[in-house]
Amino acid sequence: MESLERIAAELEAGNDATVRSLTRTAIDDGTEAKKILDEGLIAGMQVIGEKFQNHEIFLPDVLLAARAMNAALELLEPLLGGTGAATRGKVVIGTMKGDLHDIGKNLVGIMLGGAGFEVIDLGKDVAPERFVEAAKEADAGVIGMSALLTTTMPTMKDVVSLLRQQGLDGRVKTIVGGAPVSKEFAREIGADAYGFDAANAVERVRGLMA
Amino acid sequence: MSVRPFRERVERGPVIVADGAIGSLLMERGLEAGGCPEALTLEHPELLRDIAVGYAEAGAELVQTNTFGASPLKLASYGLEQKTEEINRRAVVAVREAVGDDVYVSGSCGPSGRILEPYGDTPPGNVRRSFRRQMVALIEAGVNVICVETMTDHNEAALAVEAAREVSMNIPIMATMNFDETPRGFYTIMGTDVRGAASGLLTAGADVVGSNCGNGSDVMVEIARAFRDATDAPLLIQPNAGAPRILDGKVVYPETPEFMAERASRLAALGVNIIGGCCGTTPEHIRAIRNALTD
Repeated sequence: MESLERIAAELEAGNDATVRSLTRTAIDDGTEAKKILDEGLIAGMQVIGEKFQNHEIFLPDVLLAARAMNAALELLEPLLGGTGAATRGKVVIGTMKGDLHDIGKNLVGIMLGGAGFEVIDLGKDVAPERFVEAAKEADAGVIGMSALLTTTMPTMKDVVSLLRQQGLDGRVKTIVGGAPVSKEFAREIGADAYGFDAANAVERVRGLMA
Repeated sequence: MSVRPFRERVERGPVIVADGAIGSLLMERGLEAGGCPEALTLEHPELLRDIAVGYAEAGAELVQTNTFGASPLKLASYGLEQKTEEINRRAVVAVREAVGDDVYVSGSCGPSGRILEPYGDTPPGNVRRSFRRQMVALIEAGVNVICVETMTDHNEAALAVEAAREVSMNIPIMATMNFDETPRGFYTIMGTDVRGAASGLLTAGADVVGSNCGNGSDVMVEIARAFRDATDAPLLIQPNAGAPRILDGKVVYPETPEFMAERASRLAALGVNIIGGCCGTTPEHIRAIRNALTD
């Protein structure tokens, strides 16, 4: 099997040690870091994302694949130069103020990272102002907001309003998600997109960055 | 009057009607967005008494405590870990004072909010110790039954059930999980199917198994059917009042009491032993279910 295909396959199987050593070998053989990232790691995570969306695999498989990806990224990152040029764009993510539920948000972060985006994860209990500040600081293209509680959903609207007030709407796009969030709600508050699940969120972020 | 022992009551039938949602009623009564729902037990136990009375008067024979997130690991998110014993004990006392000895008091225990090793970063031993501390408090305060609920990882659910069983050999334990509908049947997000959930939870020491939350009544009827195919054990089913929608900035649940009551009759016909409600259900839903099942 061609070595990059093998990296993808081992990543899909969640074998972090094998992915790491195969990545090391590929680097030593002179394969370009960007190529290993795109055709090995990201290709493997793409398959994981699709299978997860189709319910062929579940959260544990995604978490193991993400761990394998991170093991290889440690080796690749110094070679990618950290210029941001190797990434597909920056996304600020977080769970809304008052909401401490971050499993869904973390999953979206994993899948975005797996798709080659640079993820700035603000964690949970994040105030609307912090989303906007972080996006400005990092020059991020997208803000991703997550809520599990119906009571914390309304603060998503505050982020959208802040962006408008500061004339950043259009330049910084917004995507919302979480169990109680719907497409209708996203439209109501003026968010640019709604992610139905983690894999769908990645697709929508790709669309927003295009 | 004192009630029949819980296990005997389940076996004899008829269907036990349980209560509905607590969290959404607390919000109506002023629980702040993002506040710790369990902290309210310390500040306003009268709200919990109100809610318990509302459900008992509506015909619920089993009422839950406001302790879904009262395991120390979960309370730690709010810096309330050291209040674990007080929060659990006072939540049980509030419900008991409200409903007396004629209603079963069920000690609620939800997920730790952590992902267990090897997939996540939390050692199973930590989660087990956390659940055990909550179980000691609930059982010492005099619950009639423990309800481990809204679980998605059967390993975590089993840790909670085992912790309760370790604290008491004879406390009845119910354990329910949250399933998604997939083209290949019902699975939790962690990949547990109905058959695996039933056998795993029963092996861990549960007396009653089933599903709560995540789905409205129609899907829950199908989940109940899958459970009945998988096991002869007593079943507990608690649907949401449908999927929440936003109407004029307010959260509304679409299923009416009449609709849920009709589906409750179907659940009973499938051999479900205990039927209640989860998110979005109110005393009106429970009253309608009780009436439908008593006809």
